[in-house]
Amino acid sequence: MEKILDLKYTYTEKKDTRSGFGDGLLEAGRNNPNVVGLCADLIGSLKMGAFQKEFPERFFQTGIAEANMIGLAAGMTIGGKIPFTGTFANFSTGRVYDQIRQSIAYSEKNVKICASHAGLTLGEDGATHQILEDVGMMKMLPNMTVIVPCDYNQTKAATLALVDHHGPAYLRFGRPNWPIFTPSDQKFEIGKAIKMIEGKDVSIFATGHLVWEAVVAEAMLREEGISAEVINIHTIKPLDEAAILESVGKTGCAVSAEEHQVNGGLGDSIAQVLVRNMPSPLEYIGVNDSFGESGTPTQLLEKYGLNAENIVKAAKKAISRK
Amino acid sequence: MTIQELAFKSLDYRKKILKYIKLANAGHTGGSLSCIDILNILYNEILNVLPHNFSDKNRDRYIQSKGHSVEALYVVLADRGFYPESLLETLCQYQSHFIGHPTKKIPGIEQNTGALGHGLALSVGIAIAGKMDRASYRVFTLLGDGELAEGSNWEALMAASHYELDNLVIILDYNKLQITGPNKEVMKLEPLSPKFEAFGCSVREINGHDLASIKQTLQDVPFEKGKPSLIIAHTIKGKGVSYMENAIKWHHGVPNDAQYQQAMEELEDRIINLQTIVPQ
Repeated sequence: MEKILDLKYTYTEKKDTRSGFGDGLLEAGRNNPNVVGLCADLIGSLKMGAFQKEFPERFFQTGIAEANMIGLAAGMTIGGKIPFTGTFANFSTGRVYDQIRQSIAYSEKNVKICASHAGLTLGEDGATHQILEDVGMMKMLPNMTVIVPCDYNQTKAATLALVDHHGPAYLRFGRPNWPIFTPSDQKFEIGKAIKMIEGKDVSIFATGHLVWEAVVAEAMLREEGISAEVINIHTIKPLDEAAILESVGKTGCAVSAEEHQVNGGLGDSIAQVLVRNMPSPLEYIGVNDSFGESGTPTQLLEKYGLNAENIVKAAKKAISRK
Repeated sequence: MTIQELAFKSLDYRKKILKYIKLANAGHTGGSLSCIDILNILYNEILNVLPHNFSDKNRDRYIQSKGHSVEALYVVLADRGFYPESLLETLCQYQSHFIGHPTKKIPGIEQNTGALGHGLALSVGIAIAGKMDRASYRVFTLLGDGELAEGSNWEALMAASHYELDNLVIILDYNKLQITGPNKEVMKLEPLSPKFEAFGCSVREINGHDLASIKQTLQDVPFEKGKPSLIIAHTIKGKGVSYMENAIKWHHGVPNDAQYQQAMEELEDRIINLQTIVPQ
């Protein structure tokens, strides 16, 4: 289906966003001697091997002890380091929430919590590992910045941007190979949404892997004569409220799209902005109060309604509610 | 300072702890009294931390994992000149910076602590950073005994041993009581020393109210090259006030007027007794 669509963005290569993190971390390590890496026994999965190899003296294996890893990282900041922790998204958040809350967020420590295998696209491992609540948990924490980049290039750029950003941050990425459709030389500006496609009938605010699905949805909608605006919300907190209001001010309705629970996700944050400033129809694309299951990423995104076809339906519904 | 001078300090600190807990009508009385002798030696004899060098990269770091005994820390930091002691009159009050657990908004405090089981991992992280930089500073952390039930401590000990952190000094305020009752009833800790040794620490046991012994032991760190030093300081919860000693109810009790007066008189008597002893 994608091949016959007139897409505004194309790709020649697919790659996992976690590799964007791994390559970004390596470059960050070369740029800044204070960058250190910590990993809870998932070096291969997090793509931290290259950093470990080049900077063995700045890499710390913590074993399968995620809470300890978070505590160590917080302590390292008191010693002047910029720690990047790496494990799966569920072990990066829910398992260690109190450590993050007390020792990082409340204490304003300059730790970068880097989380892979987030969401349904983890695939075959199933519900235990497919966290869909992590963005909600992290965005609720005062002082926490929450970033969900959309492809390999953007994940790499976000990783590099975090080195110069002082303060607690959560960086969420994933496992599957995914189209690379943003530029390799992009400058990543934390908190600044990116207007991917201009439109006038409906605003689609997407984050993470679903930005690509939104790009596909825009082409599908265009074939039906509907003009959709696609905005990449790579930073969920702080949210670019001005970009949201400017877009919905023009289109009059919106769709949010994320690989996360509807409860507590990006859509909730957008709803707050709209309700306070510009009450407008908003349709949510996300997981509706359910755990995941095993399957391929494509199968799971389809089953839980997190793909371009469902974004198209949601966009039409939002427009009909204007 | 001589041991006698330090003993005066300890008694004076105890009076102040009670004074400000009484004023605040809140606070963790028993635990502050059990660890105050340790804090006295740390801040007056061991740590190279003073207001003028608190941003120095080579300052020793102190992390109080048993954050609820914050009154002891606040009183000692005031005495060391980090802020005027009169500010403690606002302890635990609305809009005061002197809240019920350590906060780095207070000069002299490195980190927000108080949720139990976090301080040791944090201290391990600081010690790793120190090793990376070949820095001269040491990291001291004070644990409560009740918080040893938090598994995070044992994760942190494994890492401290794995990374051979002999720049880390862990002090256990072993008063053997926690909020619900004796450790041995709530969650058995013993045999403790072999546990710490099995986790790779170099362990010494001391009387946590014997100032000379605390000082000597802290001057001896690291006990062994390549190992974290761990001091089991046997203490008495509520130490220094007869009716508070070893009494669970004083975990966070506030004395009434009569009790307060009795406590002050007991401490005053000990100060007078000390003054009659001629220093050798």
